[in-house]
Amino acid sequence: MSEPVLSISGLSKTYASGTVALKPTDLEIARGEIFALLGPNGAGKTTLISMLCGLVTPSGGSASAMGHDIIRDYRAARREIGLVPQEMSIDIFERVIDTVNFSRTLFGKPKDPARIEQLLRDLSLWDKRNEKLKELSGGMKRRVMIAKALSHDPEILFLDEPTAGVDVELRRDMWDMVRRLRESGVTIILTTHYIEEAEEMADRVGVITGGDLILVEEKKALMRKLGKKELTLVLAEPLSAVPPELAEWKVTLEDDGHELHYVFDATAERTGVPSLMRKISDLGIAFKDLSTKQSSLEDIFVQLVHERRAA
Amino acid sequence: MNWRGIGSIYRFEMHRFARTLWTGLVVPVITTSLYFIVFGSAIGRNFSGDIQGAASYGAFIVPGLMMLSLLMESIFNASFGIHMPRFTGTIYEILSAPLSPTETVIGYVGAAATKAMTVALVILATAHIFVEVQIAHPLLMLLFLALIAITFCLFGFIIGVWAKGFEQLQIIPMLVVTPLTFLGGAFYSVAALDEPWRTITFFNPFVYLINGFRWTFFGTSDVSFGISLAITGGLLVVCIALVGLIFRTGYRLKA
Repeated sequence: MSEPVLSISGLSKTYASGTVALKPTDLEIARGEIFALLGPNGAGKTTLISMLCGLVTPSGGSASAMGHDIIRDYRAARREIGLVPQEMSIDIFERVIDTVNFSRTLFGKPKDPARIEQLLRDLSLWDKRNEKLKELSGGMKRRVMIAKALSHDPEILFLDEPTAGVDVELRRDMWDMVRRLRESGVTIILTTHYIEEAEEMADRVGVITGGDLILVEEKKALMRKLGKKELTLVLAEPLSAVPPELAEWKVTLEDDGHELHYVFDATAERTGVPSLMRKISDLGIAFKDLSTKQSSLEDIFVQLVHERRAA
Repeated sequence: MNWRGIGSIYRFEMHRFARTLWTGLVVPVITTSLYFIVFGSAIGRNFSGDIQGAASYGAFIVPGLMMLSLLMESIFNASFGIHMPRFTGTIYEILSAPLSPTETVIGYVGAAATKAMTVALVILATAHIFVEVQIAHPLLMLLFLALIAITFCLFGFIIGVWAKGFEQLQIIPMLVVTPLTFLGGAFYSVAALDEPWRTITFFNPFVYLINGFRWTFFGTSDVSFGISLAITGGLLVVCIALVGLIFRTGYRLKA
């Protein structure tokens, strides 16, 4: 990995109430990558981001952005960081152009009309620059928040749940936009609770649950783990044992021999499902019903936690 | 110092005031006019109490009226200024910006104090329509005005951080500031009171603010200017210390 743009070492947060929001966490983010923090609600994703951006005071550990410590050298560190929070927090009485100019100068950069025009054009907001934020649609308001976060030309952009509560079409738009941003050289860290989103966007994925960053892996490797599906056949007549002819598929019998289960990798070229079905048909095993089920995020977390404990 | 960042907050706040310029300036002008019609012309003509060297009772109440508005405006503008971003969530941007707590406070308090002083000076201008007001120490008047504005804008900032909702923003100005200003000799000389009220009154810090300010107009007042200045300075130090504590502990701003 080249020199990391973001380096986190033992960072943790315990709230005054005693709640442990984030256990000591280590993480390094490389320049130009898209990193997805994947986890259910309340996993500690926002807490981690909030500490890096200065909204939450860390309880322990340290972190640096572009080599600047986020506490000791907070001014230099924060200049490198842009944040788009999850909640739609904007001043609805302000005009688009004013609020974006406000953000740029707030971060200590001189006014730069040409740069702001380019930014608003890139985000398809230029035509709306003189409108008040309350007149914009939800999708546009979110784009304004991105424009504000990028107005001071940060190296690192945090997107907290960028597509939560957004319809399918807008979600696609958002994904396209994030890819374009990466092409412009910005390093992007996003949080999400959709596996699909992590899969679509990220180069690497960190899985976080219960304040514990349990796994950081290249997306492709992770998706192989997460791509497991289970085929269930409800049999017409119960079987007492798995026929030896089906041994190579490693099927299991459940529900007192009434159900046959087969776990396969849905992303693999050969899933083994068609051949298994042919063999079952050849053996004359009759079934009443058939279903496949994707492992849920919950199942995957349970599985990952188990694997880690076992290791 | 991130002067651009400070200027950014200052301009944003001034822009917010400009949006409500009509109510922000016309209301105090009308209110002041009413005070002059009622106290200055209707009642004041027959007022025979101590007016400490002022040309008329109408002129005597000018510093008190200015102080009443200055205190209310300072607290209200500053508390609203910081409470609004906390309420809407836009505070995230301030907290994530490369700004020190001092810079943030200079931005918000500077803007609120500018607005409060503007209103006080508009009231002074309005008063000129009704009565003749002589100012013995104009420079000290402006300095004292600024000192009190900054002190009470800091106090307002604290209230804005402390308040859990908009109704709490109103509680302190309504229940504390208005009564203490009225009872602090805004409209009468404390010397005119009978004991024990006179002694009790001197425990009201607002007496020193109002009298100190009145001294800059007429050269005399119920307490010496030095004591007024010292007490105002003391309040300023207390407010600065409390704001410092808020940022050190992150109280209601950061988890």
